[in-house]
Amino acid sequence: MKKIIAAVLCLVLVLACVGMTSCKSAAEKQSVDAIKKAGVLTMYTNAEFPPFEYMKGTEVKGVDVDIAQAIADKLGVELEIKNVKFDTIIGSIQSGKGSIGAAGITVTEERKESVDFSIEYTTSKQYIIVPTDSTVAKIEDLAGMKIGVQLGTTGDFIITDEINGYESDGEQQKGVLQDTGASVVTYNSAADAAIALNSGKIGAVVIDKLPAEIVAGNYDNLKAIELVYADGSNTEESYAICVAKGNESLLKVINEVIEELKASGKIDEFIITHTGAAS
Amino acid sequence: MQIINYLTEMFEKTFIRDDRYKLFLDGFKNTLVIAIFATLIGVLIGLIVAVVKVWHKQYPKNVFLKILNIVAEVYTTIIRGTPVVVQLMIAYFIIFAFSDRAVLVGIIAFSFNSGAYVSEIIRAGINAVDKGQTEAGRSLGLSQFTTMKSIVLPQAFKNILPALGNEFIAILKETSVIGYLGVVDLTKAGEMVRSRTADAFFSLIFVAIVYLVLVLGLSALFKALERRLSKSDRS
Repeated sequence: MKKIIAAVLCLVLVLACVGMTSCKSAAEKQSVDAIKKAGVLTMYTNAEFPPFEYMKGTEVKGVDVDIAQAIADKLGVELEIKNVKFDTIIGSIQSGKGSIGAAGITVTEERKESVDFSIEYTTSKQYIIVPTDSTVAKIEDLAGMKIGVQLGTTGDFIITDEINGYESDGEQQKGVLQDTGASVVTYNSAADAAIALNSGKIGAVVIDKLPAEIVAGNYDNLKAIELVYADGSNTEESYAICVAKGNESLLKVINEVIEELKASGKIDEFIITHTGAAS
Repeated sequence: MQIINYLTEMFEKTFIRDDRYKLFLDGFKNTLVIAIFATLIGVLIGLIVAVVKVWHKQYPKNVFLKILNIVAEVYTTIIRGTPVVVQLMIAYFIIFAFSDRAVLVGIIAFSFNSGAYVSEIIRAGINAVDKGQTEAGRSLGLSQFTTMKSIVLPQAFKNILPALGNEFIAILKETSVIGYLGVVDLTKAGEMVRSRTADAFFSLIFVAIVYLVLVLGLSALFKALERRLSKSDRS
């Protein structure tokens, strides 16, 4: 038994070393030079988040795909899309498996510790999906409910924080749903959460605005409302593209492309097109 | 030095920050609860299915057994022919669409899944017991049920113990897909922490080690049981 434990611990240390070495070179592996040499820009996304990314037949389409295509065009390389689970995207970019992570990713402090973010390309708010006859009007009304979210999304973070409490400016804050009996149920996609809501397993779903509207639109008896607090504040957030920490050459190109797309009104155009196509 | 800094920081992020170790504890608890109940109910289902199949073979003319045998055959075919994740989702989203008790639904789904495999293991065990044992029991005036319960099954059980141990280990690890239903098991706890820390190393290796330790414990338990049961062996 002791020998087995010792062997396992050795293995862990070896793996740790391997992990470290691959961490260090992530920015170099995906630098502009390296991407041009390989001829491929690899985008990691999770195609369960319309209109930013969704499946059309066997292809991944969406706002983020169009932006990534513009970046690939600028670099003169092919765009390769990897459709993975949302919660693995940041890890894949951090370890240098992919060049960019573009999946309607909200910029948060904790994520900034792992990856670098581009400038924002659009903003979003959190929305609550509830049955049409529900009287829920603000987040405090979710007290005591089971609340569905997609694992690793901003909705997940907000609801988890409001239930468990959170730290702000070094002080422990009480969440508005704390001790109300509310609980969070994490699904792998907003669609699964909506199915669960529709069959009454949970009381509400919290997710970003555009996906919420599209998902709620699929059901006659569900509606999407903006998530507001009792004091009237909301949850405005920025979407950005992430790259490995320290990958400045690539970040510069991405920022240029986003500036251009924003200036020409292309991003709003992408959003309108894909909102229509995805629902 | 760098590696030590990295390890301490990741340890803090993975376990300490926001009381994340509590997530792992919750996950551990759910994994255990689901695995234990699924195993116990699975053995019960497997036992019934196996006995139905064996009795049907012994008394092919009994109409009641014939119908039960068809049900048993359909059950094993469907369960063994489809992946456990798909069965789990069907149970949660379709069969028990009205229920929000995901852990309970998971236990039921895993029980029925395991029952199909266990039934074949038990059937093999029963068939390996000499026919003369059944005949002897029946000639002594024991009922069909008592013969099975007191003579055949105890002998069969001893033979199938290693195979049963295999199946229990398999269920324990299969429960890792329950995260699809939003249940926080050990694997899901790792995923949830990973979605925050974006560090694959600590959460994955930790989860792997916990499963490994659980399986080691289970193996030890089965070895002890085998030793205990082999005391009556004539060598």
